[in-house]
Amino acid sequence: MGSFEGGGLPPDDIVVSALRAGDEEMFAALLDTWSRGMLRVARSYVSTDHSAEEVVQDTWLAVIDGIGAFEARSSIKTWVYRILVNTAKKRGVRESRTLPWSAFERDGAPPREFGPSPDGRVGAVAAWPTPEGEALAAEVRALIAEALGRLPPRQRVVISLRDVEGCTSEEVCEILEISPANQRVLLHRARTAVRGWLAGYYEAVKQPE
Amino acid sequence: MKRFTCDELAEQLTAYLDDALDQPTRAGVRAHLSGCEGCARFLDQFRATVRALGDQPPEKLSAPVRDRLMSAFRERHP
Repeated sequence: MGSFEGGGLPPDDIVVSALRAGDEEMFAALLDTWSRGMLRVARSYVSTDHSAEEVVQDTWLAVIDGIGAFEARSSIKTWVYRILVNTAKKRGVRESRTLPWSAFERDGAPPREFGPSPDGRVGAVAAWPTPEGEALAAEVRALIAEALGRLPPRQRVVISLRDVEGCTSEEVCEILEISPANQRVLLHRARTAVRGWLAGYYEAVKQPE
Repeated sequence: MKRFTCDELAEQLTAYLDDALDQPTRAGVRAHLSGCEGCARFLDQFRATVRALGDQPPEKLSAPVRDRLMSAFRERHP
């Protein structure tokens, strides 16, 4: 069997029968493709990198145990991520860092530095430099990482899945068991907050004219 | 076609980018964007933010954890 790198994973039925047959290469491919996103999601629920890695490890052990009973009512990826979220939530409760999903409104919208300004609307929204230099790109990467950590947890999970890991909105709704409307509100607030922080950064590094 | 203030428009952008708006709302967003340089730039920044988010370095399981999981899988299928 060839390498999956770059080419994406084969369809679910092939993945599932390979796992059931003990295909190590397939298991390794899933492990390497999904663990990065799983670590990111786990970190939204638990307090340390170490706990996040334990959550991911426990999830994969549950997948190894449970793959025989997987009923394909969802995609295999959604199934794995749901095990992850449940494991992470339990762990988060033990660490008393709980996420009241029902109260997502309480995250509040970030203040918008957006609106009429004395010199008119266009001046209020400055153009951003293109991050050409590697130094600037690295700074933006670090700033984004910090911004993710500052988001309310529910916004952080959604934006991590959607924009950092590239999941579809359908996948995110299924994994987190939230409605498309809730998903969009959380994503929008998160993006608006991150854009605001980026705007502040670009404003600060702007060359004086 | 719906009409928006700049603030109302900003609230629609995630739905707009997800193509989740109904036709009159989408038409209203497009019309506003074509006539409002500030909002067009705001949308550019919004898109740039999404791109920057997708540029995070990948995280990795540590080698010992990965090895442990590969062994657990192997033991399950001798």
